[in-house]
Amino acid sequence: MGDVQVTKRQIILPKHFWKVAILLSLLLLVTIAASFIFGSRTISMAGLMDGLFHPDVTSHEASVIRQRIVRTIFSLLCGAALGVAGALMQAVTRNPIADPSILGVNTGASLFVVCGIAFFNISTANEYIWLAIAGAFITAIFVFTIGSLGASGATPLKLVLAGAATSAILSSLVTAIMIPRTNVMDEFRFWQVGSVGSGSWDNILLFLPFLIVGIVIALLTAPALNALALGDEVATGLGVNTVTIRLFAAVGAVLLCGAATALAGPIGFIGLLATHVVRLVIGPDIRFILPLSALTGAIILTIADVCGRLLGSPGELEVGILTAFIGAPILILITMKAKMRAL
Amino acid sequence: MKDTHTLEAVGLTAGYDNKTILQNVNLSIPANKISIIIGANGCGKSTLLKTMSRLMKPTSGQALLDGKSIHTMPPKKLARVLGLLPQSPIVPEGITVADLVGRGRFPHQTLLKGWSKQDYEAVAEALDMMNIAEFADRSIDELSGGQRQRVWIAMALAQQTDILFLDEPTTYLDITYQIEILDLLMELNEKHGTTIVMVLHDINLSARYAHHLFAVKNGQLVAEGAPSDIVNEQLIEDIFSLKCRVMNDPVSNTPLILPIGKFHQ
Repeated sequence: MGDVQVTKRQIILPKHFWKVAILLSLLLLVTIAASFIFGSRTISMAGLMDGLFHPDVTSHEASVIRQRIVRTIFSLLCGAALGVAGALMQAVTRNPIADPSILGVNTGASLFVVCGIAFFNISTANEYIWLAIAGAFITAIFVFTIGSLGASGATPLKLVLAGAATSAILSSLVTAIMIPRTNVMDEFRFWQVGSVGSGSWDNILLFLPFLIVGIVIALLTAPALNALALGDEVATGLGVNTVTIRLFAAVGAVLLCGAATALAGPIGFIGLLATHVVRLVIGPDIRFILPLSALTGAIILTIADVCGRLLGSPGELEVGILTAFIGAPILILITMKAKMRAL
Repeated sequence: MKDTHTLEAVGLTAGYDNKTILQNVNLSIPANKISIIIGANGCGKSTLLKTMSRLMKPTSGQALLDGKSIHTMPPKKLARVLGLLPQSPIVPEGITVADLVGRGRFPHQTLLKGWSKQDYEAVAEALDMMNIAEFADRSIDELSGGQRQRVWIAMALAQQTDILFLDEPTTYLDITYQIEILDLLMELNEKHGTTIVMVLHDINLSARYAHHLFAVKNGQLVAEGAPSDIVNEQLIEDIFSLKCRVMNDPVSNTPLILPIGKFHQ
């Protein structure tokens, strides 16, 4: 007795945490630089410096850079929000392929926004955000209820099917509402594809409170979510109120992905990709998955945006299209590999 | 040594949907002893364990810990006194032994206070007791069934509760591991005075390891007491509808049942 020692590294810190954190930080810097420099118009070093450090220079290059700074910050924040939302949803459903887009939550947010545009003449981001969050929340509850029906409860497969079916119904509703209304279509089309090009300081300020509240909720629920990962019965035995924790964490996820969806449009697969990659490398401790998933989500979304700008040049390819192109095949890979094993 | 608590069921009735499984059970768990609940499949023994450990809500009656209903107590406070290992917990993919055992510390931690010295010591002690310290950094997926079960029990031990409930802790294990697990639990009880309550299928092992048996039939408690006082041919026939002979277990001096079947009379 007494000769067994347990260290902080064994219990708390996942094996590769610091290595991964440093690598991701470097990647983040590279991503930011790429996002400043590349686009339909590549910026020279002098232009970059002007835009960054000399607010009095009003050259075209400098103003392009200033616009790109806003866009980059917006995209990083959206990506982080989606990364955390994905990690939360996976923990709440104990399902490795939960993601706001796969569970239909983004489509629910879209439907509410379209209804707002079509029937209530809503056109400001301020109003979008609440509609999108309401839509996301209702859809999340709906999909989870449908997916939990039957004897075995909410299995990964049932949840995904419920999400896909719900998503199909909701998107046909979205189309049905839009088609006869050309004005709505114009306003909605760009939003619907998903783009971070609409980023502005106003949008960032509007988005920040939701991001902060969502992340605080995520951090507060993380230890209990770790217990929940061992099954509802073990979690109950450890003193977790499983219903309250699920609800609380789901509210956090919905706030994050609802707000991101409202401002940038439905961008899919970020949460799934980010969380999956992070879990693969550092293991199942949700307290570490959350921050790294935020970082990874921010990087993936921003890189996707830069790629979209380069591929679509002289115009640009919306980032939602790109994430779907990268995300869908990876989703198939994950499901095949994971044998749909519940977390 | 662990604190002494009273844990009682008072008119405990519970079930699923509209089906009542447990009917008006009154019992008191002996403190600092090993109690084993026996009974046929579907008799309600698991429901009794679940209702006594807060996994299920009773439809009427109460489970009282030191006179207070466990179902209205703050969950974390209860979890510092009463621990629980259910029948089929979930193993998160790629989790290490140390991480899993460490999660047993949840009820002792608060959001502001991180991992304390006691937390580390509790985990080290649990690993040591279950002889799994050498696996601390390994992934659970690499372990055998018996080792895994030791990891789960270590998680429950890290919780450092005075009372520990286990739902069929030896299911799916071969005989060597069954004995190993039961020996470890007995050691836990003798060294620390932990009150242990478990469901077991094997009557002979139950008779060996229990200080106190609860025999359940059709959702009711039909007999309780020390194994040598209550296990006889009549009781086994009554709760299992099985004829048998009971003799003295020459190894442990406890009742040993030998079932009588169609071809072996």
